[in-house]
Amino acid sequence: MSRRLILTGNDAAAEAMRQIDPDVVAAFPITPQTELMHKFAEHVADGEVKAELVLVESEHSAMSATVGAAAAGARSMTATSANGLALMWEIVYIAASYRLPIVMPVVNRALSGPINIHCDHSDTMGCRDTGWIQLYSENAQEVYDNVIQAIRIAESPEVLLPVMVTFDGFIISHTAEVLEALEDDPVRNWIGEYKPKYTLLDTDNPMTFGPLDLQDYYFEHKRQQMEAMRAAPATVKKIGKLYGEMSGRPYDLIEGYQLEDAELAVVALGSTCGTAKVVIDELRAKGTKAGLLKIRCFRPFPEAEIAAALKGAKAIAVLDRSVSFGAPGGPVHKEIKAALFGSGSSAGLVNYIYGLGGRDISMEHIHEAFADLETVAGEGTPADAIRFLGLRE
Amino acid sequence: MSEKTWTEIPIGGAIEEAGNAETYETGSWRTYRPLWNEETCIHCLRCWVACPDSSILLSEGKMTGIDLEHCKGCGICAFECPVDPKAIEMKLETDVENG
Ligand code: SF4
Ligand code: SF4
Repeated sequence: MSRRLILTGNDAAAEAMRQIDPDVVAAFPITPQTELMHKFAEHVADGEVKAELVLVESEHSAMSATVGAAAAGARSMTATSANGLALMWEIVYIAASYRLPIVMPVVNRALSGPINIHCDHSDTMGCRDTGWIQLYSENAQEVYDNVIQAIRIAESPEVLLPVMVTFDGFIISHTAEVLEALEDDPVRNWIGEYKPKYTLLDTDNPMTFGPLDLQDYYFEHKRQQMEAMRAAPATVKKIGKLYGEMSGRPYDLIEGYQLEDAELAVVALGSTCGTAKVVIDELRAKGTKAGLLKIRCFRPFPEAEIAAALKGAKAIAVLDRSVSFGAPGGPVHKEIKAALFGSGSSAGLVNYIYGLGGRDISMEHIHEAFADLETVAGEGTPADAIRFLGLRE
Repeated sequence: MSEKTWTEIPIGGAIEEAGNAETYETGSWRTYRPLWNEETCIHCLRCWVACPDSSILLSEGKMTGIDLEHCKGCGICAFECPVDPKAIEMKLETDVENG
C-alpha cells in the first residue's frame, strides 16, 4: 500500500498536495517561493490535479486569495517561506481570526537582513502568536505526513484553525531522502470530502465574513480562538493516532527519544532533532543518560505533556534556531521555562541559540551542549544561561 | 443590541443572518441632519438612488421621509437633489437640536 520514493522536502510537500488535491491553491510564483510550488504547478499543468492554481503578484495577495477561497468554502492551500511569510503576516493573522482551515507548508528560512536565504526559524517563530497551529517536521517523511494530517486537523469542527507545516530550508527542503508515500486513494479517503461550516457561495443562506467587529464583540471572538487552540492538542493527538493506523506511522504532539530515564535532555525542533538522536546514541553507548525532547506541535504549546516528559531531567538544554530580541532567551526556551514553572522541576536550564542564517549545526555542537549539561546538572541553572552554538566568540 | 457571551456568537466574526445591518443604528454617528422639504420635492428619487445607507423612505414610488436611525448624514442626497432651492438641506445636528 505504500510507495518508496526519493524526494526533497519540497517535493514531498508537493506530493502530499497532489494527493490532497485542494480546490484552490494561491501562490506567489517567484522567490522566496520555493520549488514546492514549482512542483505543484507541474502537477497542475500535467492535469494530475483538479485544483485551481491562482498565481498572484505578492505573498500578501497569495494569503488574501487563499482566505477568499476558504471563505467561499473551498479547501484552500498556499505555501511560503521567510520574507514571503513576513509579507503575508497581516492576512496570516486574519486567516486564523476568520477560522479558515487553510493549510500552508512553510520552508523555514532566515528573515533578512542582512539578506540571507538559508535555514532558521525566525520566519515561523515570528508568527507564533497569529493563531495558526504550527507543526515542525524533522525530515521529508514528516513533511509529507504532516501536510496530510494538517488537512484533517484544520478542518476538525472543534478546531477550525489554519495550520502551518514547517520544515527546515535547504536542510530538508532541498535535500533528497527516501520516504514512504501512500497511494492516492487511501489519502483521499482518509482526508475525506471537505464540508465547510460556512460558505459565501451558499445563496440560500447568505452570510457575511469579516465585518467590522469593534469594542462590542472583538474580545469575544479572540476568546473563541483561544478555546479552539485549547481543543487542538487533543485533535492533533487523535489525528496522529488515526494516521498511524492508516500509514503505520503514528504521530503525537511531542516525541521523546531516549527520554524516559534521561538525566540530561536536549529540546529541539525540526531537522536538528535527527542530529541530536545520533549524538544521543553515541552518549548512551558510553553510559550517559542523554535524551531528546522533540517538539512537533509548537502551537498550541503542549505545556503539560512537555513538563511531564521533562520531569526526570536534571539538566535541560533548549535549542533555539531564532532570536526573540530583548527577551530572556529564545522563543522555545521561554516556553519551556514557563512550562516547567510550577511543575516541580528543579532541573538546570540552559538556552542555546544556534544555526541562524543557515549556520551549520554539527554533532560536535550538540556534544558540546551535553558536556555543558553535565556541569549544569550538578550546579543548577548558570548565570550565563543564554549561550550559543557555532558562533565565533 | 443584546450583548452575548463568547459561547453564544458564531465563530470568526461570521454573520449568519442576511441583512442584519438594519439593526445597527448608524444614525448615531451623524453630524449633519438632512431636512426634507415636502413642498419643493418633485419625487425624482435621485436621493433614493444615491443614498449609501438606504435611508430615503418611499411609499408607492414617492418619497415619504428620511430614516434618521440609519442616515449618517453624508449629505449625498442634498448634493444630488436637482431642484432649486434644494428639497434637502443639511443642518448641523446641534443647530437642529437647539432649534
Ligand atoms: S445624508 Fe446621506 S445617509 Fe442620510 S439620507 Fe442623505 S444620502 Fe442618505
Ligand atoms: S432628490 Fe430632491 S427632489 Fe428628488 S426625490 Fe429626493 S428630495 Fe425629492
